[in-house]
Amino acid sequence: MHLAYPAVLSALLFCTGLYGVLARRNAILVLMSVELMLNAVNLNLVAFDVWLSRAARDTLHSGQALTLFTITIAAAEIGIGLAIVLAVYRNRGTSDIDKLRDTAEGPGTEGPGSSAAEKAEATA
Amino acid sequence: MTTTTLAVLVPLLPFLGAAAGLLLGRTAPRFVRPLAVLPPLASLVLAALVAVRQGGDQAITAHTELTPTGSVPIELALHIDGFAALVAILVAFVAACVQIYSTGYLRDDPRYPSYAALVSLFTSAMLLVVYSGDLIVLLVGWEVMGICSYFLVGHYWETPEARAASLKAFLVTKLGDVPFLIGLFALATDAGSFRITRVLGAVASGNLHHPTVVALLLLAGVAGKSAQFPLHTWLPDAMAGPTPVSALIHAATMVAAGVYFVARLLPVFEASQAAMLVLAVMAAVTMVGSGLAALAQDDIKRVLAYSTIGQLGYMTGALAVGDRGAAVFHLLSHGAFKALLFLAAGVIIHAAGTNSLAAMSRMHGLRDRVPDAYWTMTVALLALAAIPPFSGFFSKESVLGAAEHVVDGHPDHAPCAAGWIVLVAGLLTALLTAAYATRLWLLAFRGRGAEAPDHGRQPLTMTVVLWVLAVPSLAFGGLAYRALPGWFDGRDLTPTLLTSILGTGLALVGGLLTYGAWQRTTQLAARVPLGAVAAHPEQDAGLVEAEAIATHAPAYGDIAYAPDPADPSRLLLGPLRRHAAVGFHLDAVYAALFVRPVQAGASLVRFLDREVVETYVQGAAGLPRLLGAAVRRAQTGNVQTYVSALLAGTVVLAVAVVLVATGA
Repeated sequence: MHLAYPAVLSALLFCTGLYGVLARRNAILVLMSVELMLNAVNLNLVAFDVWLSRAARDTLHSGQALTLFTITIAAAEIGIGLAIVLAVYRNRGTSDIDKLRDTAEGPGTEGPGSSAAEKAEATA
Repeated sequence: MTTTTLAVLVPLLPFLGAAAGLLLGRTAPRFVRPLAVLPPLASLVLAALVAVRQGGDQAITAHTELTPTGSVPIELALHIDGFAALVAILVAFVAACVQIYSTGYLRDDPRYPSYAALVSLFTSAMLLVVYSGDLIVLLVGWEVMGICSYFLVGHYWETPEARAASLKAFLVTKLGDVPFLIGLFALATDAGSFRITRVLGAVASGNLHHPTVVALLLLAGVAGKSAQFPLHTWLPDAMAGPTPVSALIHAATMVAAGVYFVARLLPVFEASQAAMLVLAVMAAVTMVGSGLAALAQDDIKRVLAYSTIGQLGYMTGALAVGDRGAAVFHLLSHGAFKALLFLAAGVIIHAAGTNSLAAMSRMHGLRDRVPDAYWTMTVALLALAAIPPFSGFFSKESVLGAAEHVVDGHPDHAPCAAGWIVLVAGLLTALLTAAYATRLWLLAFRGRGAEAPDHGRQPLTMTVVLWVLAVPSLAFGGLAYRALPGWFDGRDLTPTLLTSILGTGLALVGGLLTYGAWQRTTQLAARVPLGAVAAHPEQDAGLVEAEAIATHAPAYGDIAYAPDPADPSRLLLGPLRRHAAVGFHLDAVYAALFVRPVQAGASLVRFLDREVVETYVQGAAGLPRLLGAAVRRAQTGNVQTYVSALLAGTVVLAVAVVLVATGA
């Protein structure tokens, strides 16, 4: 089988996953899209491993070994991710990413600079 | 024990006492008094032993070099000649008296432990100065004394007078110490050593290249420490400290350190005629000016302070005519009677509840309240005025005799002009000294008016010390003037007939003039009521004094002056009195010359800092803050936006890499 088929397939998978991450609003779907991207990478790793071992460049099958790592870590990641999403859902009643904007710079906060300036004036 | 060991112990014991007193002051208050009193007493015994063993013969020297320090070696050196041995006895004697007196004077003072420790530290430093044979070690003691003086003048730091006075004392003496340090370095560079013996050897062999410059630099430090014109202004203000401190530091010992230093290094000064002449002029201006100023002071302690300046002027005068024996003789006798004057003044201030002579002159029967202080002070004032059988007469006549010796055409080292200057100024000062001593006595003890307040009996520790000090004030001069030349340079210290008659005659004239003036003005005293009295019969004397000093300016409008028409100095000085009371406006001159430029400079620096530098700093902070506000707008909180930006960046980078790789 030519290298192009798995490469194109993995690229398609990756783009699907990327689209899901960027466009989906449900956190679980975002996580699933991340999973898609990871699996696209896995596919790429396996395909190139086969290609390289055929060309006798790499006899250690490091691509396959790395794939096993990725799968394991992905499982752990998805476990933690789902746990976070569940916790967020229980706290807020939603897992909509658009509404989780706590890290945004609020309009009221002036930032730490002004209070430091006040302190300097008070001590001077 | 060898004499060297004894001599090392003399300064060491008070130092250990001071360290122990500072450490144990809080935890074991019972040990503070023994720790304060015993080390000076032990030092006194040891110093006497050292003096007996030294006996005025060949100087005892010992030295050890702790570590090589580079170019000119600094050694821990002892050099005990007759001068050092006798001055050490005086220092230890007065220090022991003052420590005993302080246990009564400051008996309720909460800061007594640190006070006693500082006095001990001061004693140790002064003894170090006296015994040291190395100029740098001497300088260490010299500076330790300065800092002790600073702390002790500021003992009542609750009062603004004491705070200002301690700062002034420190700054003015340091102003002299900077040239002093440079002078020491210049001296050591020429001599190749800081050892006094080597320096004197270098001077004798003519190796001193710039004697005038060195001598004048050293003179600046001496003028600061010994309160000579023009650096004397700190001493009258230093009277804001407790009276025992004034007695020990600002009358008997520390201020004598400068005179003692010049006496030690007299050949260095004699190598330069100009320096001797400057010394003579300095002494003359100091003597006459302080005599006039003392006549106009209202605070009893300030009278004594100006008197100290004047008597130190006598000592520098003796040095200016090249007779260090006379100078140290006067130092010794003056140390005893001036310490007595101050300690008696402390008792009087306590009894009267005021430090103002104007208020005392309106009190009846003050002398019956404090008979010990009355009699001992009379003795000390007679010694101060140089009336014949008292010790001041012999020492002062030895100074005048030395000046006359030079005038007569025996200029060994000193210029003839210096002799004339010192002689004339000395005789004039004899008149003034007798005048202000009489005025002090009359105003303090011959007051008329209301009964003096009853402050109870003075503590025994205070009155006994007065009598102990009265003995040398009475007899030291007469007993010692024959024996002392053997300890000193061998120059005769016997009073000469001419100066004795002239000096005593002028002193009598001064006393009688003052008495006459007082007779005329004292009638006015009853008509013009004046005076503010701090009455705390149950409190200790230190508190009464602090309060008296603090209330003087509000009560009379000035810290030194009282508008008293019954003051004999009004008749004696006439229009000069107002100016003499404030020390001939020297403080105002200094304020105009130094204080105001410095304050203007300070406000300029403040302006530059506040308005210019701070603007830059705020500008430097403002620009990043603006940029930060712009960047903060990108922080929407939406993770997907961030990832999109990340993707866009990655794509841009990838395209760039591809373009670079393909060489497009």
